[in-house]
Amino acid sequence: MPDTSTHGAASGASPAPGAAPERIEIQVLRYAPGGGAPATQSWTIPWTRDMSVLQALQYIKDHLDGSLTFRWSCRMAICGSCGMMVNGVPRLGCETFLRDLAPGPVRLEALAHFPIERDLVVDAEDFIGKLAKIKPYIVPKEPRGLDEGTYFQTPEELARYESFSHCINCMLCYAACPQYGLDPKFLGPGATALLHRYNCDSRDGAREERMDLVHSEEGVWSCTAVGYCSEVCPKAVDPASAVNQNKTASALDWFARFLPGRK
Amino acid sequence: MAIRRTYLRPMDGWWRRDPFFLRYMAREATSVFVVAYALILLWGLVRLAEGEARFDAWLAWLASPLSVAFHVLLLAVFAYHTWSWFAIMPKTMPPVVVGGRRLPARAITAAGVAVAVAASAALFALATVLA
Repeated sequence: MPDTSTHGAASGASPAPGAAPERIEIQVLRYAPGGGAPATQSWTIPWTRDMSVLQALQYIKDHLDGSLTFRWSCRMAICGSCGMMVNGVPRLGCETFLRDLAPGPVRLEALAHFPIERDLVVDAEDFIGKLAKIKPYIVPKEPRGLDEGTYFQTPEELARYESFSHCINCMLCYAACPQYGLDPKFLGPGATALLHRYNCDSRDGAREERMDLVHSEEGVWSCTAVGYCSEVCPKAVDPASAVNQNKTASALDWFARFLPGRK
Repeated sequence: MAIRRTYLRPMDGWWRRDPFFLRYMAREATSVFVVAYALILLWGLVRLAEGEARFDAWLAWLASPLSVAFHVLLLAVFAYHTWSWFAIMPKTMPPVVVGGRRLPARAITAAGVAVAVAASAALFALATVLA
């Protein structure tokens, strides 16, 4: 199990000519499977103004401790892999810069509300399962052959769902949702935003199937409109709006049962 | 499949973790004061049904220093209640499109607060006229 100690930085930074590089303390909540409760380990590393939190982690992994574990891929806020708690706030490591956190210390922790797999890596199985449940694809209203050509959509029809389609599945919204933390059965902000994205698509015909999930115990009614999910979303998807619009939709569907000719 | 030995962090004191959660809890707590004031008004209604003397006693209690202090507190809490609920309102409604453009959240919140202020002013003016 890692101890709480400060290591000296190795060489390899690019200091300004004639000046010693500035240093910043990076604290990471570390966990190794079977190693007991997580513990904080810290490193003081040289940094430059263009360095992101992800680069700081890569510096530590390359020069100081190769066992430090974290997810990353694209480095440009589109793959959604490097979500973590930065000073207690869910952020993408790649688009959070050390210059905005200086003089530090910077405290990094795995995304809140998810089980920690190792260090900054969380077990995302629950979210992946939820994603599959909402049918995150277009179920065509009617079968259509290739010879019938492409589907057309007006700019207004596109505007109805476009912002919700920007979700990168980074799960920051789940780390911002206390209701998900308190009851992980809750479908949660991200999956509901994507559910809404497909329900709002003029080409889709599976709204009714998805609404069963919206109405259910784990559906939208578990949301208490904290609204932090939309604050932390790096893509301005506004999942809180998707969840709360579906409360209205769910209520209307319930009342619609009393109309003649409805089941 | 390998057995996962994950660690789940406890949720104790979650609302103290972030200032955003503190503001959310404050918003929720204001609802208690709304209920308290509804009960005060209901109590007045009961007194009114019981006759003039009982109603006058209720009015006299309203004018007591303790009651006035409580009403000042209520005013401050209601102001936060009003603002915080209109602040979340844009997230609870479908997008409002005006002239082909989506109405920004700030405009919806501002409109809500403006209506609340106007309604309060109208009620205050009516009460002044009737008094």
